Amino acid sequence: MKEKFKKQLLIDVLTVVVGYVALSLLMRFGVINDYVKGILLMACINIILTVSLNITSGFLGELALGHAGFMAVGAYAAALFSKSLSLIPAVEFPLAILVGGFAALIAGYIVSIPALRLKGDYLAIITLAAGEIIRNILKNLDIVGGTKGYTGIPGYTNFAWAYFVAVICIFASKSLIQSRHGRSIISIREDEIAAEASGVDTNRYKIIGFIFSAFFAGVGGALYAHYLRFLQPGIFTLNKSIEILVMVVLGGMGSIRGSIISAVILTVLPEMLRGFSDYRMLVYSLALIFMMLAKHSEKIRHLLAGFRPAVKRKETAHE
Amino acid sequence: MSNVVLEVRDLGINFGGLRAVDGLNIDVEKNQLYGLIGPNGAGKTTVFNMLTGVYEPSDGTIKLNGELLNKKKPHEIARKGVSRTFQNIRLFKDLTVLENVLIALDTQADYSILTGILKMPKFFRQEKEMEEEAMRLLAVFGLDGDAQTLARNLPYGKQRELEIVRALGTHPKLLLLDEPAAGMNPQETQNLMDAIETLRNTFDISVLLIEHDMKLVMGICEKITVINYGTLLACGTPEEIQKNPQVIKAYLGE
Amino acid sequence: MSGINQFLMQLINGLNIGSIYALIALGYTMVYGIAKLINFAHGDIIMVGAYVSLLCLNSGMPWFIACIVSILACAVFGVVMEKLAYKPLRKASRISLLITAIGVSYLLENAFQLIFSANPKPYPGFITLPAIKIGSVSIAANYYVTFIVSVVLMIVLNLFVQKTNMGKAMRAVSEDEGAARLMGINVDNTISLTFAIGSALAAIAGILYSNCYSPINPFMGSLPGIKAFIAAVLGGIGSIPGAVLGGFILGMIETMVKAYISSQLLDSIVFTILILMLALKPSGILGKSVKEKV
Repeated sequence: MKEKFKKQLLIDVLTVVVGYVALSLLMRFGVINDYVKGILLMACINIILTVSLNITSGFLGELALGHAGFMAVGAYAAALFSKSLSLIPAVEFPLAILVGGFAALIAGYIVSIPALRLKGDYLAIITLAAGEIIRNILKNLDIVGGTKGYTGIPGYTNFAWAYFVAVICIFASKSLIQSRHGRSIISIREDEIAAEASGVDTNRYKIIGFIFSAFFAGVGGALYAHYLRFLQPGIFTLNKSIEILVMVVLGGMGSIRGSIISAVILTVLPEMLRGFSDYRMLVYSLALIFMMLAKHSEKIRHLLAGFRPAVKRKETAHE
Repeated sequence: MSNVVLEVRDLGINFGGLRAVDGLNIDVEKNQLYGLIGPNGAGKTTVFNMLTGVYEPSDGTIKLNGELLNKKKPHEIARKGVSRTFQNIRLFKDLTVLENVLIALDTQADYSILTGILKMPKFFRQEKEMEEEAMRLLAVFGLDGDAQTLARNLPYGKQRELEIVRALGTHPKLLLLDEPAAGMNPQETQNLMDAIETLRNTFDISVLLIEHDMKLVMGICEKITVINYGTLLACGTPEEIQKNPQVIKAYLGE
Repeated sequence: MSGINQFLMQLINGLNIGSIYALIALGYTMVYGIAKLINFAHGDIIMVGAYVSLLCLNSGMPWFIACIVSILACAVFGVVMEKLAYKPLRKASRISLLITAIGVSYLLENAFQLIFSANPKPYPGFITLPAIKIGSVSIAANYYVTFIVSVVLMIVLNLFVQKTNMGKAMRAVSEDEGAARLMGINVDNTISLTFAIGSALAAIAGILYSNCYSPINPFMGSLPGIKAFIAAVLGGIGSIPGAVLGGFILGMIETMVKAYISSQLLDSIVFTILILMLALKPSGILGKSVKEKV
């Protein structure tokens, strides 16, 4: 097992390094212009948001509709931190990212207290409510600009930061899922009653899933704040949470690789297709419905089987 | 008295206005194979649900080796040494056979989240131990060859067996089996009976089982309690139960 | 204006928005009771009802025809939505159903935005009865008509569910679908009927809402939808009197918070109430708790 893991790690590290070197060379020689660079950077942030939401929605199996709220907490906390201090960026920025992550983690923990008592639909509603409360509070918080928005955030986020933080998020999520903690989290999705009967402290693992997910949403928010240099509560609406959910669903719930791919595609596609933005949410909503129907309909699945190679079940189960 | 593993006294539960179980006493001794039988709707599964903390009893006490289990959460009870299977199989269907068992074996590992995420040496050591233990348990039912199969792809009989293996994963002192032979053919039932006896002896545990298959119950149980409408009807050895006129009446009707 | 008059005004406002919430919550609660689904798209049916009636009114139809067309259109729409999007998922996991419902909700909002644009459209109110004066407070016709219509509808609905065979079938299906099927109840038709009634009520809520709060836009149903869901939870989801009670309580809380505490923090307060209610008494004021079968 250890040998297998080491081999995999070597391949992964190589992929990450080669990917980075290739992309930065393309940027250096102007093949990738600043516009495309910006899109790729946003793709990295979206990967972080998607992979982290997949932990609660795909692996823990609870629908969370407040991801944008946790992202907002991270974004504002990190921005407040880096605006109030004036350290050298190389020190200040990683600290700001951590501040954003932990602020969101605390918010996630607070939300998980009432959420734990409930499951399914009610839990979804609680996370939705939490996201709205966070946004409502931010609107009324003058220290971060209220409705007018929070300006003058240092633009620390560059492509390298976004890329490597995304890599850390992917590794941490994958590694969590492959540990005993990850197995326990998945067991709750599979059958909560059987999990309890097998000695899994379901409340504890729900909290772990929740705060892990919130932490990286906050990290994503921190990167976002220092990229955009401007924050407004209006960015972090339910729409934003749904957008991230669409990425999770399209990539496949419970598949980290799928999350990465769909986050990249759904970031790049709207930018490439001019005029697509008018239809974006319409297409997303259709995609959501279609994905769910396809998942549970033999007919549609059969139809799809003709277009794409059969998905190996074991692979998704292991990821 | 010290020989008693599970001691149930005056157990009762109300569902709304309905008294589903009332004044039930059960004593399961160490290493005993104990049968709990009764007509449909007699409250057998409800008793299991109370023993495992899924339902909270309205009154009475449940003790495991003298320790009170009432009000404990299901996972705490599982870790104390009571584990169970379900009437309608409840496996982690999209996980592999091995992973199903590993989840129950979690009790024997203690590496932290950070150790797990950073994949420190302790992670590999404990995961290896868990995997070996899981394979050992799976081998009891000859399931070790299916370790990498998804649980949902196992044939029905093997799914039932896997559930028992998973239940063994928490290292129970008392194993509760809810209709383990349901849906099995006579040959499979016979194999199951042998397997239950074997695992009782190898793992030195007590087994309390609910079963409809009279042959299985009478064949392997050393002691039997019969309940009807949630109350005790009879208690004794298989021979005594078979001769008991009240039991015959409850089963055959008047 | 004197303090007491102002309070009376707020009371009337509360009853008005409360009756709208109650009407929407009725649909939520019925659908949840029978399909065990939070139909996120339910709020958007208000919007559909509003737009359909607006189209009819603008094409010169008399108001009662416009109302009937809108109600029928929404009822049919509700049934179609159930058949296409929810029925295939009846055996699927709850999370799949919820995601689909969210998809339907966003589909409606964005489709209507494409058709009618996001710009608010003025709604020609047609309730032209004289205002009623109680002491020095006058109540506009919109307000008392909304209140009366909601109260009458909920009484009729309650009678329907309690007394008629179809109503009994609904209750049976929500109690135990399998058993209801064995008793010869046509489960599919019963579920369709529930969606039809729920959606018709949403259409009426949409028309009344538009009369009180013109102009209308494609996203108008989203927030009242969520609020009405809170009302349904507050009263005890699955319970018809509970939905009505919850609607009025929420309407009152909202109006009073807005008037006397803080209109900025209104949403935070309402959502906090929801969270507390769900965490402390998820079965609501009039609901009953259900044990999960093992």
